[in-house]
Amino acid sequence: MSKKDRKKSLSNRSQLGMIAFRFSKNKLAMLGLIVIAVLMIVCISAPLFIDYTLVYKQSMAVRLKGPGTEGHILGTDQFGRDLLARIIYGGRISLLAGLAVVGMALVVGVILGGCAGYFGGKVDNVIMRICDVFMAVPRMLLSMAVVAALGQGTFNMLIALTVAAFPGFARTVRASIMTLRNQEYVEAAKCCGTSSSRIIFKHVVPNGLGPVIVSATLQLGGTILAIASLGFLGIGVSSPTPEWGTILSENRTNIRYYPYLGFVPGFFIAISVMCLNFVGDGLRDALDPRTKN
Amino acid sequence: MGKYILKRLLLLIPVVIGITFFIYLIMSVAPGDPARLILGENATAEEIAAKRLELGLDDPLIVRYINYMAGVLHGDLGFSWYSGYDVMQEFLSRLPNTVTLGLLSNLITICIGIPLGILAAQHQYGPIDYTTLVIAMLFSSMPAFWFGLMAQIYLSINLKWFPATGAGDLYHFILPAITLSTGGLAGQVRLTRTSILEVNKLDYVRTARSKGCSENQIVMHHVLRNALLPVITSIGGHFATILGGAIVTESVFAIPGVASLMINAVKVRDVPVVMGVIVFISVFVGVVNLLVDLCYAAVDPRVKLTA
Amino acid sequence: MGEHLLEIKDLYVQYNTDDATVYAVNGMNLTLDKGEVLGMVGETGAGKSTTALSILQLLPPKVGEITRGSITYDGTDILNAKAQVMRGLRGARIAMIFQDPMSSLNPILTIGQQIHEVLELHFPSMSREEMDNRVDEILGLVGIQKHRKNEYPHQFSGGMKQRIGIAMALVAEPELLLADEPTTALDVTIQAQILQLMKELQQKHNTAMILITHNLGVVAEFCEKVCVVYGGEIIEEGAVEDVFTREKNHPYTQGLFESIPKLTGPVERLVPIQGFMVDPTNLPKGCSFAERCPYATDRCRAEKPGFYMDGTHGIKCFRYENAKGEA
Repeated sequence: MSKKDRKKSLSNRSQLGMIAFRFSKNKLAMLGLIVIAVLMIVCISAPLFIDYTLVYKQSMAVRLKGPGTEGHILGTDQFGRDLLARIIYGGRISLLAGLAVVGMALVVGVILGGCAGYFGGKVDNVIMRICDVFMAVPRMLLSMAVVAALGQGTFNMLIALTVAAFPGFARTVRASIMTLRNQEYVEAAKCCGTSSSRIIFKHVVPNGLGPVIVSATLQLGGTILAIASLGFLGIGVSSPTPEWGTILSENRTNIRYYPYLGFVPGFFIAISVMCLNFVGDGLRDALDPRTKN
Repeated sequence: MGKYILKRLLLLIPVVIGITFFIYLIMSVAPGDPARLILGENATAEEIAAKRLELGLDDPLIVRYINYMAGVLHGDLGFSWYSGYDVMQEFLSRLPNTVTLGLLSNLITICIGIPLGILAAQHQYGPIDYTTLVIAMLFSSMPAFWFGLMAQIYLSINLKWFPATGAGDLYHFILPAITLSTGGLAGQVRLTRTSILEVNKLDYVRTARSKGCSENQIVMHHVLRNALLPVITSIGGHFATILGGAIVTESVFAIPGVASLMINAVKVRDVPVVMGVIVFISVFVGVVNLLVDLCYAAVDPRVKLTA
Repeated sequence: MGEHLLEIKDLYVQYNTDDATVYAVNGMNLTLDKGEVLGMVGETGAGKSTTALSILQLLPPKVGEITRGSITYDGTDILNAKAQVMRGLRGARIAMIFQDPMSSLNPILTIGQQIHEVLELHFPSMSREEMDNRVDEILGLVGIQKHRKNEYPHQFSGGMKQRIGIAMALVAEPELLLADEPTTALDVTIQAQILQLMKELQQKHNTAMILITHNLGVVAEFCEKVCVVYGGEIIEEGAVEDVFTREKNHPYTQGLFESIPKLTGPVERLVPIQGFMVDPTNLPKGCSFAERCPYATDRCRAEKPGFYMDGTHGIKCFRYENAKGEA
């Protein structure tokens, strides 16, 4: 395409089309998106090609077999359980739990941040002070404290991570709304007699959504890391339920002599987090072309 | 100035009260009787009643909370429900390890992150830029516990370059500190890079160039000082993240620090210990943020500290 | 040809961005002698600032590109000069005053330090005390009390900041001053003060100057020569008297004059120039003004006019073709 054609085609696109176009030009972001999509699809459709019983099926005959062993592509752990099955079913927990936490935190954050930004004044003050309180403690510590208070368990861990994550979203949403409310194009729309709902959905939401989506993507990576860390420390998803951090933790003593037991789960955690970061960065650049160049 | 510092410290009080009350509240709402948890399933009703009395569990929530906070004000964080140690004393004995680890790790992040960020910015969109960013990203995507575990196995146990576990002289802290800094490194590099590129575009840098400054002089006199302002602010937040990450690192390297105290306490729901860590860390983070803001005001003449 | 202080020949500058190529300057020619004041008039985006930045080689790196032409300053070929030579010119012999005084000063250095820096860069042999005295002196000249030199830019008003910008530009007594809309960002009342100050200092040091503006009044009052820029090229140039008598003008210059309200004489309707500024990403083949010109013919659209000279007054328009032969 010649430069002129490209320019024409750019100006003909809708806002969403422009964002998609800029995103698709970012190689790292596209790579990240593809990898993360493949991972999610494989993990979610796991029951179609891997028998769930393999996750727990122990066999002393094939314990600690390295990757490439017949029937065990990624090898087996100290109980002879198939590592591939555990990783894939573990991925279901790691990725889905991550999504669940970000989803819940997003709902709470958008409601609180939206109220704070929309109503302003006292409401804003109260909500933001509450967020300040939650943000005063490092997220990892806060989640642990909440786990301690509620007791251990996968569900309680999700609650704990949500508690630690929502203030960040609330702040982002509030900041978006605050800046947008006084934007001149919103004023201009008001002056043209545009109805509030139209202003909110046509102007404020599309423009304010960007930072929220970006931070949600980046948070998803952080949350997956946090879930794995809690699993590793033995206060998250607990063994024998497979989860990437837990898998690493239960094999800890054998890693020295069987390095694949360390590399395989570590690789999956690192790859998912990294790809999510690439996607998040790509989205940020695509949503706000000013940050580039 | 003094007034400002005092005001900031006073503002910490509601934050500490808020966070401790929240934890206290859900702890008392959560199912399960702590006394039974401590004594085990075989304890008799009398034993449990006695334990509840001892721990003051029969008082209303507010009374218990006020009693606890009154203790905190006197520097008394109570006793561990399980091991019986004095929480405050245990903290103080473990604190030096955590602080050493945190400071060393922050130092590594700053000393590596900022120069790498400058390098990446100077070669924007070049191979050096991309390599730096991807490597930094790779490190921050690795779970710290995994990196620590691998470093421990290969560098300490196999190559014997570093002590594998425990705390002692500074040498013990090198590997844990590197592990702890991997998470924040990418952030630091990227922040420095973006900040420099932003400042580079500003009018006053063009002015400096029009005065005849060399590229080096521009970077040193005009760009860096301005670009590092947001980096300074980030150090406060970064310190908090590091304290969170310290839990994992201390656990991997078996360092007896404050953060690792938390892990066991969480597993057995040792309320005084968990509360103690939270109070302690939130005050600590608040003070670090105050120090950061003071530094910021010292560097940027536009900032006025108004009490 | 070497006698001119500054000579720009057939300069072409373009900005390459992701989306498009912007042809900002297209065949700019101009000369300037010592002590001469040239007013450069034109709409925003006409290529005035780009020309000034090209002289100092300060176009945004990677994006701004000089594709053709030459710039000679006092015998130095600027486009091929080494970075070190350029650094020696900037600030010391060619200085620039920027449009926005609010953002062109470094916020975390005192104004004294920023003026001082110019001296440190270009007069390394000067003692500290001499430098301090020089800074005090120039601050006095631009009307800022010298005890304020330890204050930071945010402590000054916009007009004061522009005075500081002027002090910084003039402290090394350059031979050429490029003033890029120095008063556009300021209040009208302050504009006059700043221009007055610049005029005084210019006359005192006999500095040559290119004053970039879109205000014809400023040019009439302040300059000896004027050039009108449209679509990245000069479409009319001459002595201020020639252009401002309005006997003969480029249709664009005529349009500019007609869009200024008159304070004397009967009240008339203002006549705006029809249409919009030529799209610099998509320049026409012929005269760049043809699309908006009431006199445009097919020839104007097909072919670029050259300069038609009448003495020192040149107009790039076919209407004056028969006036006096092509230069």
